[in-house]
Amino acid sequence: MPVKDYIRERFFPHLWCPGCGHGIVMNALIRAIEALGLSKNEIVMVSGIGCSSRISGYLDFHTLHTIHGRALAFATGVKMGVPGLNIIVPMGDGDALAIGGNHFIHAARRNIEMTAIIMNNRIYGMTGGQYSPLSGYGTLATTAPYTNIDHAFDVVQLSTAAGATFVARTTTYHVQQMIDCFKKAILHEGFSVVEVLSQCPTYFGRKNKMGSAADMMAFYRDHTAPIGSEKKKENPDLIERGIFVQKDLPEYCRAYDKIIERAKGKGKKG
Amino acid sequence: MAKPKLKEHQIQTEWCKGCGICVAFCPKSVLELDPQDKVCVARPEDCICCKLCELRCPDIAIEVIVEKEGSG
Amino acid sequence: MKDNIRFIQGNEACVEGALYAGLDFFAGYPITPSTEIAEHLSYRLPQSGGKFIQMEDEIASMCAIIGASLTGHKVMTATSGPGFSLMQEALGYAIMTEIPCVIVDVQRGGPSTGLPTSVSQGDVNQARWGTHGDHAVIALTASNHQDIFAITVEAFNLAETYRTPVILLFDEVTGHMRERLVLPEEGEIPLVGRLRTSVPEGVDYHPYLPREDGRLPMSDFGGVHRYNVTGLFHDMWGFPSNNPGVVQGLLRHLMDKINNNAHQIARYNEYFVDDAQVLLISYGSAARSALHVVQNRRPRGERVGLLELQTLWPFPADLVRERCRTPEIVMVVEMNMGQVLQAVKLAVDDPEKVFLANRIDGSLITPTDIRNILRVIQGKGV
Repeated sequence: MPVKDYIRERFFPHLWCPGCGHGIVMNALIRAIEALGLSKNEIVMVSGIGCSSRISGYLDFHTLHTIHGRALAFATGVKMGVPGLNIIVPMGDGDALAIGGNHFIHAARRNIEMTAIIMNNRIYGMTGGQYSPLSGYGTLATTAPYTNIDHAFDVVQLSTAAGATFVARTTTYHVQQMIDCFKKAILHEGFSVVEVLSQCPTYFGRKNKMGSAADMMAFYRDHTAPIGSEKKKENPDLIERGIFVQKDLPEYCRAYDKIIERAKGKGKKG
Repeated sequence: MAKPKLKEHQIQTEWCKGCGICVAFCPKSVLELDPQDKVCVARPEDCICCKLCELRCPDIAIEVIVEKEGSG
Repeated sequence: MKDNIRFIQGNEACVEGALYAGLDFFAGYPITPSTEIAEHLSYRLPQSGGKFIQMEDEIASMCAIIGASLTGHKVMTATSGPGFSLMQEALGYAIMTEIPCVIVDVQRGGPSTGLPTSVSQGDVNQARWGTHGDHAVIALTASNHQDIFAITVEAFNLAETYRTPVILLFDEVTGHMRERLVLPEEGEIPLVGRLRTSVPEGVDYHPYLPREDGRLPMSDFGGVHRYNVTGLFHDMWGFPSNNPGVVQGLLRHLMDKINNNAHQIARYNEYFVDDAQVLLISYGSAARSALHVVQNRRPRGERVGLLELQTLWPFPADLVRERCRTPEIVMVVEMNMGQVLQAVKLAVDDPEKVFLANRIDGSLITPTDIRNILRVIQGKGV
């Protein structure tokens, strides 16, 4: 199916700013789904609130646009309701890791099968450019006019520590890697996290003098390196890209199915 | 396998927001922004059909159509 | 002893009612005095193929049941005051998106941490207005286990009929006390099933277009119709809209579908109301004491009556106005600072004859308390 079959064309052009990284994530996600040959009826997309979370309205799946930070909790109910569904949960950095932080670590801990996509543009874009837990020390934002004193999460480490069994990081520059990560994340039977370093040229970019959207993507090209690569060894300050965790552990819904088997057996006795 | 040959760039102008990403990262500098800040194909003959413009477009506004390979 | 008789806590009676109604997904978080509901369901649900999950907090619990309801399940969560406060935003989401679900609040002393193991009826107004924005809500209650069972079934029925969350306001006394419950036979209480759309695959399905009878057919997520659900104001396809006509229409619809059907949703019991000179209005465990007063004083010639409300919201204003016409004194008996009292005073033609008989110290209001307050009002002293 061509890419346009996956979008709700009547709503295009979409609401994102020129050069917004979210559009690139959407583009890559569609291609990953197309490459996997998934049926549109088996996909449920659950998003929260923010520019990132508007992605669900533009895609032709079962789409659930929920409340700020709680997408993973809604998604848990959907997944347990019909475990055969393919659940994709795109969220912004603030939505997933500030207000949604608790639900993030618990969904990871449960290893419930769904794909969390952290569209990390290091800002709260929809509300006009406030700092997020991913903005980073020393950056400027509308609520950090004297520079941010908060240090950022390392999303890969956080996901891994919480128990996610598939953890990847990529950027909006590295589109082929992004498509590949999405494919593997969706196929992975467990809690998958893909962090996409993305750009908000309108707020984060302008406030922090990072140039155009293309400049910000070039920044990701120049400041990241594949995991364990020579480039990284030469410059330890670079951010690693790639698949950090990919392991097979019991998935939550399947484990609960076993509970049902045992409970049914018990119920029959006497 | 023969190298893919460009048929055309299909551009949905109403969706293009002139962000310049495709222009900036085209390895062969095929694309430019026109006076209305919409992408246009300046040097189609240089296109190597890498499709990075299509993949990196935030607006799904550009598609690289390649010639179907002949039977001969 | 027949095998359909139980001697159980009210919380367990609620569980039995929910299972009878077809509950097959529960997400919750422990909080006194509701925890037994979660515990029983964690044991019972998987026995019939249903699912239970203890989420990380009450917010997640409310969100999870909404997600599961969209996939076609009958869903419930249970909590108490502090948890109910946490659930308000998601409750508003379920109201806005018209997703059926049942929320049990086994009330305890509040505000804040309050009295975890003591009774109050302090969440009545919160059930009505806890979530932000104009909205309508259905809230039911019961005073004994047989009614807890029946009203829980009713909650599921109303949730499906009106495509709305329904709140069950129980309390620590009925929740924790043990009492006899006779389990109805299968089919004895009618059940309302999920109304699913008959629109075939490939044909445009509108999740928010009411039928002629006012009902909104649903389509399970994962089924043949792909649509959008959002908490933003939306059109009948579920897509965000801030068009003034759409906004006005949707808000009116959300209010009217429940408030215009207050008569159909009103549930109550009446005891010696017809000729009552003193009318007690009560609900929940307070009504047990109020009923005792009526049953105790009637044989002594006092014309006391009791209107026991089982539907608190939408408030049965017409019913209350009518019943309060003839009595000389109306006393609202409740364990809060006068939450239903306010609603009664607004409803009646002569609010100056409406009084509050309350108790707010964590103890169940007793028949003696009620009698003493009545005697003071009547000028007789205790």
